[in-house]
Amino acid sequence: MVNGLIAHKLGMTQVYSEAGRLVPVTVLEVGPCKVVQIKTSEREGYSGAQLSFDEVKEHRVTKPSRGHYGKAGVQPARVLREFGGDLSGLSIGQAVTAEIFEKGEYVDITGVSKGKGFQGVMKRHNYRGGPASHGSMFHRATGAVGQCSSPSRVWKNKGMPGQMGNKRVTTQGLEVVEVRVAENLVFVKGSVPGGSKGVVMIRKSVKGKVKKEVVAKGGKKK
Amino acid sequence: MDRIERLEQGMLKESVPQFNIGNTVRVHVKIKEGEKERIQVFEGVVIRRKGARNRETFTVRKVAYNVAVERIFPVHSPWIDKVEVTRVGAVRRAKLYYLRQRTGRAARLREKERVRPSKPSK
Repeated sequence: MVNGLIAHKLGMTQVYSEAGRLVPVTVLEVGPCKVVQIKTSEREGYSGAQLSFDEVKEHRVTKPSRGHYGKAGVQPARVLREFGGDLSGLSIGQAVTAEIFEKGEYVDITGVSKGKGFQGVMKRHNYRGGPASHGSMFHRATGAVGQCSSPSRVWKNKGMPGQMGNKRVTTQGLEVVEVRVAENLVFVKGSVPGGSKGVVMIRKSVKGKVKKEVVAKGGKKK
Repeated sequence: MDRIERLEQGMLKESVPQFNIGNTVRVHVKIKEGEKERIQVFEGVVIRRKGARNRETFTVRKVAYNVAVERIFPVHSPWIDKVEVTRVGAVRRAKLYYLRQRTGRAARLREKERVRPSKPSK
C-alpha cells in the first residue's frame, strides 16, 4: 500500500486515553484519495503513486488537467500529491482510505506552516535580545553578526530577520490515537503544521517507532 | 456547528454531574494505586467552570491545614466517580477568584435560600 495520504486539518481537541489521561489531538480528515497515476522506475526513473484529494466538478479545472484526470478515469480534484511505499497491488482509479493507518503507529505530517510575515531575530530564531530597561538602548535588534578581520565575512546560516512561517514543514513521529475509517478521520497526538482547513500530507513515520523523549527545538519536553 | 464541535459532542460523558459556581461539592475521585482502585473525596467550593463540551473543566478550592488547595477537574473525566453538592452558595459572579484574597470568616459564602434539597448526582 502507499505510505501516505492527503488530508485536511480539521482542528484540535482533547480525548481520553484508555488510562483516563487527557490527550491533545489534531483531527485530520484523511482521504479517500484516488490513484491518478503510477510512476514506475522504467518510465519515470522512480516509483511513486500520484493521489488526488478533495474532488471538484469537472468544469472547475483547466482543460489540461481534465485530460490528466480523464486518462485515469477519476473525478478532478483540488490536490495532487505523490507518495512512495509498496505500490504493488495498486491500480489506477483505486480509492485509498484511512484504513492504511492504525492506532498506536507513528506518522509524519507535512504541511505549510502559518505565515508570520517578516519577523526579527528574537521571534524567528529565539535570540535573546537585550535588556528592556536600565537605559540599555539595545532591545530586540539583531546585534553583532560575526567576528573581525578573520573571517572577514558572516558565517553561513547566520540567523537574520526575514520571512517566518508559510513554509513547508514536517512534524515527525506523531502518534495515531484513533482511526475512524467510516468517517475518514484520523486523530493524531499533538499539533500539526498550518491552520485548520489546511491541506497536509500524512505519511508513515520514516524513523519508525520513535521514543517519546525526543526533545523538539524550543525545549518542549516529551 | 463545525465538525470539531460535532465530534466533541459525541465524546461527552453520559451523565454529567450537576453543580454550579459557588456550590460546595464533594468530588469523588477514583485513584489507582498499583492494581487497587479506591475513591478519595475532595471537598471545596467551585470557583470556576471553564471550556465547553468535552473540554470543560472546573476548579475546586479548599483550605486544608491553613494551606489553600485548588484542584482542576475535567468535567468529563472518567476518574470522577460522582460530585455531591453539599451547600449552595449565593454568588453573583461566574468566577470566584476574589475568594483567593480572603481568608477565614471573610471567605465564607452566604447560603442561597429556598433551594431544593440536592440529590447526589452521579
